[in-house]
Amino acid sequence: MTRGLPLLWSVVSLLGLLGLWWVLALGADPRVFPAPPAVLEALLREAASGDLARHLGATLARVAAAFVLALTIGSAIGIALGMNHGLDRLFDPWVVLFLNLPALVVIVLAYVWFGLNEVAAIGAVAVNKIPNVVVTLREGARALDRSYAELARVYRFSFASRMRDVVLPQLQPFFAAASRSGIALIWKIVLVVELLGRSNGVGFQIHLHFQLFDVATILAYALAFVAVMLLVETLLLRPYDRYATRWRAPHA
Amino acid sequence: MLEVDIASKTYPAVGGPPLLAIEGLRFSVPDGTFACLVGPSGCGKTTCLRILLGLERDFDGRTVLPGGNPRIGVAFQEPRLLPWRTVEENVRLALPKAMRARPLHDLFARLGLDGFENFYPGALSLGLARRAALARAFAVEPGLLLLDEPFVSLDEATAQDLRALLLDVWQARPTTALMVTHNLREAAQLADRIIVLSQRPGQVRGEHLIAVDRTRRTPEAVNAICAEVSARFPGLL
Repeated sequence: MTRGLPLLWSVVSLLGLLGLWWVLALGADPRVFPAPPAVLEALLREAASGDLARHLGATLARVAAAFVLALTIGSAIGIALGMNHGLDRLFDPWVVLFLNLPALVVIVLAYVWFGLNEVAAIGAVAVNKIPNVVVTLREGARALDRSYAELARVYRFSFASRMRDVVLPQLQPFFAAASRSGIALIWKIVLVVELLGRSNGVGFQIHLHFQLFDVATILAYALAFVAVMLLVETLLLRPYDRYATRWRAPHA
Repeated sequence: MLEVDIASKTYPAVGGPPLLAIEGLRFSVPDGTFACLVGPSGCGKTTCLRILLGLERDFDGRTVLPGGNPRIGVAFQEPRLLPWRTVEENVRLALPKAMRARPLHDLFARLGLDGFENFYPGALSLGLARRAALARAFAVEPGLLLLDEPFVSLDEATAQDLRALLLDVWQARPTTALMVTHNLREAAQLADRIIVLSQRPGQVRGEHLIAVDRTRRTPEAVNAICAEVSARFPGLL
């Protein structure tokens, strides 16, 4: 695999997008659709004041908490449902219900029932994501290879070993899918949660600058956070994937 | 003593009457001896092993395993190694907690696996993967060894090497062993007794005890055993 070349292509492709933006901005009202330099200026101003780091940090912490919560609870439920036909039949309607519950409804209800606090905010985000994780991991658990389960039974693997050495490695692609789609969905919902009921974070800042009609700062925050999420993807998720699938690489 | 007494075992069939796989299958294998189960395809040989392994619980009859509840070393038809664990990890995972730290070097060396301990199974040839599966079966120091055509789909030279290795490791610690095979020559080479099954539903047509000592089973001696068994059980290939 050549790794330098795709990187070069990504850079060229992103520069193209930047150029397109710049060209389009030339003919637009700079207050409505600012050109890249204005956004960069806003970004530097927010960074210098320390606001950028503070709000990015707050949002990132919420994303991380909701992500861990949703993935842990969602996979436990998904695996249980996938491995137990009876449970699945009993709870499948619940899964469908929660899957189709609008994020906004969950967020509003969480704030009404539990107050405008951090627990309600993170919980609401997690509840929005959990059904997706359940569905993905349930498919994975349904596709588990029985022959490995038989092997584990004959050699009397402990429950922990059955999970660690037999079940979870088979579910790795499903974890990867759930976490990739999860992290993107979660950060978008976190912004809504912040907009509706928090006094810090990227969502709060976007709301604030929307009221001030400061589009450059809105874009500065959005792009900064996208950049952070790209870093998380490249520095955490991808290396983890490579580590978890190292056995697939033939090395003989 | 391994005792098998399966009155009947049926498999449910979709949209039809259930399939009777085994009816009245009775035999026993004395402690520390090697028995081979031969018979036509679909006569319930693998089903019998699966019942002994505890993987089929829905049957009429009873089985008595040597020593009550022995550790079982198994080689399935396919190597069944966990692809995400290395060869050595695959073997160690099968060991009971108390034996986890035991040295495995001798066993690996004996089976020609030294140097492959840290390979993932995907990087192994089928022959090497089958060796690893045998290493796992022997590493647990089993009280019962169950082998389901462990040399199938190997080229004959490799299969012959592996039979010699199997005998070598088995003789170092003779364990009550039951091996399913299609290959009468293989049975004639390895076994103390050959148990011949009928067409489905499987039952015992007869047993053939082999008196010739294993060390003196030259190709000619094996031919003679095969001829004798074929004469006693016409239609068995």
